[in-house]
Amino acid sequence: MEHRNRRLDIVLLLGAVAFLILPWYRIDGGFYGFSWLANFPGDPAVSPAILQTTMHGRPWLGIAALLLGLALAARFIGDPMRRGTLLAWAGALGVVFLTVQGLAVGFSGWTWAISETLFGALADGQPSMGAGAVLLALAFALIFSFGLAERGVMRGDAFVVSAIALLIFLVAVFVFYPVGSMLVGAFQDFDGSFNPDGFTRNISDPSIWSIGCLTGGGRCGVALRTFWLAVMTAGASTLLGLAFALVATRTGFRYKKGLRLLTVLPIITPPFVVGLALTLLFGRSGVATQAISELFGIEPGRWLYGLTGIWIAQVLSFTPISFLVLIGVVEGVSPSMEEASQTLRADRWRTFWHVSLPLMKPGLANAFLIGFIESMADFGNPLVLGGSHGVLSTEIFFAVVGSQNDPSRAAVLAIILLCFTLSAFLAQRFWLSGKNFATVTGKGDSGAHIALPRSLSIGVYALVIPWAIFTVVVYAMILVGGFVKTWGLDNSLTLQHYKRAFSIGTRDGSIAWTGVAWNSFWTTMEIALISAPITAAVGLLTAYLIVRQKFAGRSVFEFALMMSFAIPGTVIGISYIMAFNLPPLEMTGTAMILIACFVFRNMPVGVRGGVAAMSQLDKSLDEASLTLRADSFRTIRKVILPLLRPAITAALVYSFVRAITSISAVIFLVSAEYNMATSYIVGLVENGEYGVAIAYSSMLILVMLVVIAGFQLLVGERRLRRENRIALPVSLHEEKTV
Amino acid sequence: MSIEAPGSVVFRNVRKDFGSFTAIHDLSLTIEPGTLVTLLGPSGCGKTTTLRMLAGLEHPTAGKILIGGKDVTMLPANERDVSMVFQSYALFPHMTALDNVAYGLESSGLKRKEARERAEEGLTLVGLGGMGKRLPAELSGGQQQRVAVARALVLEPQVLLLDEPLSNLDARLRRRVRTEIRELQQRLGFTAVYVTHDQDEALAVSDRIIVMKDGVIAQQGAPRELYEAPTSAFIADFMGEANVVACDVIDVGNGAATIRVEALTHSVPGRDARPGPAKLAVRPNAITLEPSAEGAFSGQITHAAYLGDHVEYEVKTAAGTLFVVDPAVERPLTPATRVAIGFKERGVAIISS
Ligand SMILES: Nc1ncnc2c1ncn2[C@@H]1O[C@H](COP(=O)(O)OP(=O)(O)O)[C@@H](O)[C@H]1O
Ligand SMILES: [Mg+2]
Repeated sequence: MEHRNRRLDIVLLLGAVAFLILPWYRIDGGFYGFSWLANFPGDPAVSPAILQTTMHGRPWLGIAALLLGLALAARFIGDPMRRGTLLAWAGALGVVFLTVQGLAVGFSGWTWAISETLFGALADGQPSMGAGAVLLALAFALIFSFGLAERGVMRGDAFVVSAIALLIFLVAVFVFYPVGSMLVGAFQDFDGSFNPDGFTRNISDPSIWSIGCLTGGGRCGVALRTFWLAVMTAGASTLLGLAFALVATRTGFRYKKGLRLLTVLPIITPPFVVGLALTLLFGRSGVATQAISELFGIEPGRWLYGLTGIWIAQVLSFTPISFLVLIGVVEGVSPSMEEASQTLRADRWRTFWHVSLPLMKPGLANAFLIGFIESMADFGNPLVLGGSHGVLSTEIFFAVVGSQNDPSRAAVLAIILLCFTLSAFLAQRFWLSGKNFATVTGKGDSGAHIALPRSLSIGVYALVIPWAIFTVVVYAMILVGGFVKTWGLDNSLTLQHYKRAFSIGTRDGSIAWTGVAWNSFWTTMEIALISAPITAAVGLLTAYLIVRQKFAGRSVFEFALMMSFAIPGTVIGISYIMAFNLPPLEMTGTAMILIACFVFRNMPVGVRGGVAAMSQLDKSLDEASLTLRADSFRTIRKVILPLLRPAITAALVYSFVRAITSISAVIFLVSAEYNMATSYIVGLVENGEYGVAIAYSSMLILVMLVVIAGFQLLVGERRLRRENRIALPVSLHEEKTV
Repeated sequence: MSIEAPGSVVFRNVRKDFGSFTAIHDLSLTIEPGTLVTLLGPSGCGKTTTLRMLAGLEHPTAGKILIGGKDVTMLPANERDVSMVFQSYALFPHMTALDNVAYGLESSGLKRKEARERAEEGLTLVGLGGMGKRLPAELSGGQQQRVAVARALVLEPQVLLLDEPLSNLDARLRRRVRTEIRELQQRLGFTAVYVTHDQDEALAVSDRIIVMKDGVIAQQGAPRELYEAPTSAFIADFMGEANVVACDVIDVGNGAATIRVEALTHSVPGRDARPGPAKLAVRPNAITLEPSAEGAFSGQITHAAYLGDHVEYEVKTAAGTLFVVDPAVERPLTPATRVAIGFKERGVAIISS
């Protein structure tokens, strides 16, 4: 009982602080500037809720105080069930009330006309929520969770209930609220009133849907072009990925290790870099273009700038991903099936065609869908190579930043893009699930995979070797590109680009970061380093809840999280600026919005890794810890985390790297104060400063490699025996008999 | 001894559903402080579930659980004064034996130094003094098991829970460890709830045995009571093999009943037997065989197997086939021999069903 009262007291105190002391609304100059202290608490802009309620004409906030009072009263009830019920109600109503009032009362009064007719006009509106409001919402969410825990929900584990409640709350705020706002935004005018004109005008716009290129009447619409590109990219990268996987597993190829190295590349390559390198090769003044035009006298063309160029760049970028997926699939086909087929008098070709390939089909479909989603979501390559032949993701961008400035159009395009990717995601989840024949069993499946039929293996080599060489050339361009003066015109070597980007000088005896890249570089590092641990923590916590706790709606919870992975970055970007530009939550232009975006975009990967790792830990380890008086928080800290070190490293590295390389959502969210490396590089490209852009990109790749190695050292290995083998002791292998 | 005393356990009408499946139906039981009580039953009968509800790892769907007279039904596992030895031991593989044992003490708020001292004592208690620096992977199965026991014991819980603690040990070790556990329990005088599916183990260590079947208690009592006076064919068979034979109760009185099988009459302990048809459980070693063409109850040997210190027979009778264990190896009977069947004084019981 004391334990329960203590935690409740702390939260009630937080609630009181939030209501009585902290500034309720958002401070324009930023809360951490603390410049607001000067006018505190008299100025309505910075005064706490208690004064807002009594003096500044926002009487409705008093309801929050009442609900907090209700929770305080519940604290003194003896009967645990009644006490829990009352706490849960007070907390739930508190959260709902704060949300509803935030949405209902905007800058200049009621947001919805209906509430004005019901309650009468308001004297004044309200700005966005600030420290006080956010903290109070948090306190209410915790009070709600404690109430449920005291009623015995989740075996009375307050930490688990709170974690679930907060995660749902955060995912709702940072994933569903923005996407919802964007959907609503499609039907709104600039001033926020309902107006379907923009939607109907855009959804029926021939420049989106036209099928002119098929019927011969001009160009196709952007939706169709994007779809076509995605299908082509997915097809080509699946085919190449399969070829690579076959070479790596079914042939005597000598450089298999090198092939595996390829799979690391897409992780550390900012998405537009491949496009950039292609420009240096095949652009108007590219080396290859120049060489060909000199040799054959062909006029340098602009063929690269358009779907063809984007397609090549995307296939280069996504083949390694497909390779990674398909290696597992190809290895998963049981050799005994192939051997069985051979004993039934089938030759190698027949075996491959009628046994191996059909067994791989679901895996191939999976790789195809992943390629499809990646291509649809890709923003960097189309931006660099697209020219006027944009795809959906770039069109969305130009609809808001360009001279068009048509948020409704951006929203409509985003909805279309979202429909495509979500359909692919749903297909992957439902149609493919359960169709996987290629299974890796724990039993040692004896026998070896049969070699490829001769004709096929020749074909596979013919695909793989040129493409591998091409990839190496492209990456070599990235490294070399930074040292060449002006591509095509003056190919002499120079350090000038690096100097311009990263020079360091001394001014008045102190170091001055004089290079143009430093500003965005340090911002990027800062934001990536802040968001990586948060992402890993949120992702692994979610994984813990999914694997270790049973609660109603768990599968829905998991599904919703995974779905957010299929939302293209561009869609997230556009929905964030639509949602977080106005009350109740205003975050555009801050570092916070970038961090939130990274955390919720990259979390699903942490979840997936965490789920896989945690499923291997015997559940009785957690239970043993619980019966040894540790609460679940201590259990996670002392038992689960130390055993999950490899998964933690992976999640940290992944989220760090993604924060550095991603561009699609970031480009909407950066501001003058918080500019990120990728968007800065894209700016350089737009100005034609290819040399500096490439130099900066190679620097990023280098830094990522260093940081990855650093993370690895920092987190370390888990030590289960002295000689540090990875094998787990008996107790981990023992299956618990439930 | 009262159910209010520390160390007592009470289940009141406890029920546990997993979805639509009811694992425990209306379970009520009382465990006296300082005793070792075994939950015994075939796999899947709900022993582990019962134990986990006591530990707080599962919450009952209905009913109440009291520990030391205090209602703990809604209390989470870490706030209950019990600790558990897991079937898989669940030693934390990344901590040394000493850290494993100190873990619970530190969780309960002890200073690190004190926790380690107490943990060292705990390890000494189970005969592992000086082995504290080893990781679980560097200990043998039996040592791991003892670390798990020490880890639970140092917390001085009101009740110690053991879920099939011997199942991961080899047969030779099992006998030794179970004696050790029993000695420790009697020396320190804590209450223990012990889950097993092995009736030998249950008979060897328990003060009381609670036999469960399909989520309900089939019978409970002292080991001897269960063995000698089973109240159902299930118990009779589960507590060691038994022949179930139809009989007639012809006379009741003085805590004994006279029964008749065919023409053979026999006196058995029978507290609440009533005259009329009944079932009789007869242990294989409670049957005597005499070569004879005629008898009050007779049969014919159909199968014989010589097993060194005893001979096993199958005997076909009008009341069904009997399985007999005969220590008289010096006088083997061959199949087809006709025999007269008798009962010994012990090992015959009426099962009132
Ligand atoms: N978490 C669970 N979910 C669903 N069914 C369960 C769960 N735990 C146990 N059961 C079921 O409850 C029954 C009793 O299980 P248990 O208590 O583990 O049996 P045992 O007596 O072998 O220890 C079994 O039929 C088992 O399948
Ligand atoms: Mg069990």
